[in-house]
Amino acid sequence: MKTTKRWVSLYVENQVGVLAKISGLFSGKSYNLQSLTVGETEDPTVSRMTIGMLSDDLTFEQIKKQLNRCVEVIKVVDFTDAATLMKEILYIKVNCCSLADKEEIFRIAQVFKLDVVDYRGETLVVECVKNDDENNEVIALFNRTFPNRIEVVRGGNVAIERA
Amino acid sequence: MEIKGTELFVKALIEEGVDTLFGYPGGQAIDLFDALYDQDQIEVVLPRHEQALIHAADGYARSTGKVGVCLVTSGPGATNLVTGIATANYDSVPLVCFTGQVPQNLMGNDAFQEVDIVGVTRGICKYAVTVRDREELPRIIKEAFFIAQTGRPGPVVIDLPKDIQQAMGTDAYPTTVNIRGYKPNEAVHMRQIKKAFQLLQEAKKPLFLVGGGVNIADANALMEQLVDKTQVPIITTIMGKGAVDTLHPLYLGNIGIHGSYAANHAVTECDLLFSIGTRFNDRITGKTSEFAKHATIVHIDVDAASISKNVAVDVPIVADAKVALEALLSVVDKKQEAQKEAEECKKWKERVLYWKKKYPIHMQTQEGLTPEKVILALNKRYKDAIVTTDVGQNQLWTTQYLDLNANKKLLTSGGLGTMGYGLPAAMGAQFGNPDKKVIAISGDGGFQMNIQEMATAVVYELPLLLIVFNNGYLGNVRQWQELYFNKRYSSTCLRWRKSCERNCMDASKECPKYTPDFVQLAESYDAKGIRITEESQIEEALAFADANTKGPTIVEVIIDPTLNVWPMVPAGNTLDQMIMDC
Repeated sequence: MKTTKRWVSLYVENQVGVLAKISGLFSGKSYNLQSLTVGETEDPTVSRMTIGMLSDDLTFEQIKKQLNRCVEVIKVVDFTDAATLMKEILYIKVNCCSLADKEEIFRIAQVFKLDVVDYRGETLVVECVKNDDENNEVIALFNRTFPNRIEVVRGGNVAIERA
Repeated sequence: MEIKGTELFVKALIEEGVDTLFGYPGGQAIDLFDALYDQDQIEVVLPRHEQALIHAADGYARSTGKVGVCLVTSGPGATNLVTGIATANYDSVPLVCFTGQVPQNLMGNDAFQEVDIVGVTRGICKYAVTVRDREELPRIIKEAFFIAQTGRPGPVVIDLPKDIQQAMGTDAYPTTVNIRGYKPNEAVHMRQIKKAFQLLQEAKKPLFLVGGGVNIADANALMEQLVDKTQVPIITTIMGKGAVDTLHPLYLGNIGIHGSYAANHAVTECDLLFSIGTRFNDRITGKTSEFAKHATIVHIDVDAASISKNVAVDVPIVADAKVALEALLSVVDKKQEAQKEAEECKKWKERVLYWKKKYPIHMQTQEGLTPEKVILALNKRYKDAIVTTDVGQNQLWTTQYLDLNANKKLLTSGGLGTMGYGLPAAMGAQFGNPDKKVIAISGDGGFQMNIQEMATAVVYELPLLLIVFNNGYLGNVRQWQELYFNKRYSSTCLRWRKSCERNCMDASKECPKYTPDFVQLAESYDAKGIRITEESQIEEALAFADANTKGPTIVEVIIDPTLNVWPMVPAGNTLDQMIMDC
């Protein structure tokens, strides 16, 4: 069966151990978890998680049921085919930049609408807020252009249904 | 009024109707035990090991339908519960386990006897929580009892730090529960029920497959009515055994790797598999791609996650077995045609009943003292009994030969397969059913895993009948070694001693004496024991046990070490490719 990328938005109790419970469910049942973000919502007793995973149809149905089964889970919403806004923050630090490298970074930033947010000597930091796939492309581009000189940190995706 | 956490704990248990608590004290539970000292509504039972303690609570819960309650201390007390929690989780047994915990200001500091039991049990229980605020204690206990016994029942762990136990706070215990993330399904989708019933009417080769869900929902009488009214043959899983009287003419036996010929062939040939309360575990399906290949599958289960997990089904119905069966019966009652039997159905019924008659399960050996003969004797002698088993050959033979009906219950660790379950579960069952005959059927391996509970059974004067089939081996593994590992009996001989050859291939008369001597062991515990080696001694031994009404009796049954469990479906085969015997 075909394995594809899926997204779930999870409303959970904002309590100690809930993150461990959800991530433990994925590892314990050998589900392929790709990204998980969590944060408090407008209601401080509720947290919301955005979870990205790779699975086939059958496993995905099972994952949703298993999530629903957790007492601490309030609601499971399938975002895979829903109209959503989804973004991930990404920082790329580039070390040992020559003048030409710096010019290249600013050109890339202009084309891809990235922000250069820090600049000290030979090191620049680029900030990028895009969706999952676009961020993958940006990282690939930096890896090709500045091999072995970049440092990447990603925040994971957050998503919300469109208005 | 403000009361201590421990007092609220006792009050909560009384409000929940708890009459028996299985507890083992320790440093972080001492306050709770102190609070229990002053009351007489709850009997506090002290087993000799926490693992046995939780199996006892499990046996109590399975045999009474009530919540089993455990209370242990932190650290090792808590971790000793782990196997029992997983056992109960697999077999959907309602338990509430209280574990003492170090005070909150020490938590995380690797304090003496500190273990993150909530973290340890997260994946093997229905819900686990640490109480971090004295004011939340009443709500958490209330919710725990609700979660444990509703929906698909299961074990709940409440971790109680010592400072919460000692803190003063509210004395109010809530009467209602509202958990926004937990709303067990209480209704049933009528349209799905009608659809399922229509399929049942249209089918030419219909078959009921019933799992533990029917026993748990106490829907056995309804199940029998449905079978009688529809005249559809029925098979069960090990956990479902007893869903209808095992002597019912339409009951074909257990399905699975040691199931009956009729059951395994019926499931392979049926065109409608109407399943209730089973999760299609790999022990019953064989090769899943070939399982019930010709059948449309209806699946009723209280747990949505159990539906289409292992086997894809055509008509899913999420409901409690009792609610679903009531709904089904209401539809059946309306349709008089249900009575009318189609020609094809009649032929199907004749076919499966022919199988049942032609290929009954019997042991290959009919000579001498065999487990089959002992279990048949139990069937005849005890009309009103609860039988527990250990795990392995003793369990498989019991599920093959034991008769069950409305007056008899079987408690067995079907999901996790926990050795050492039999004796403590029998104790728990006896506490919950003081007037019933309670029998534990074990092997010599499993019996030794919780053998220390002989003391508990003696001091509480539990008149348990403890059958120990002694073949000197871990028999089920030995069977596999004989069949698939070229008779390399690696670590399965329990007679082996240092003086033996390292790689001994088989037992013989010259083997060292078995240890322990179960009869002397019984006597040293101030219990009774008898050893039998001949078929003719069975009745005498049971009479000897029945005469001992003030304590447990071990009946050690010496059996041939080479006895195997037949029939058997070899791993990876389809269900109809059975080895009947070798």
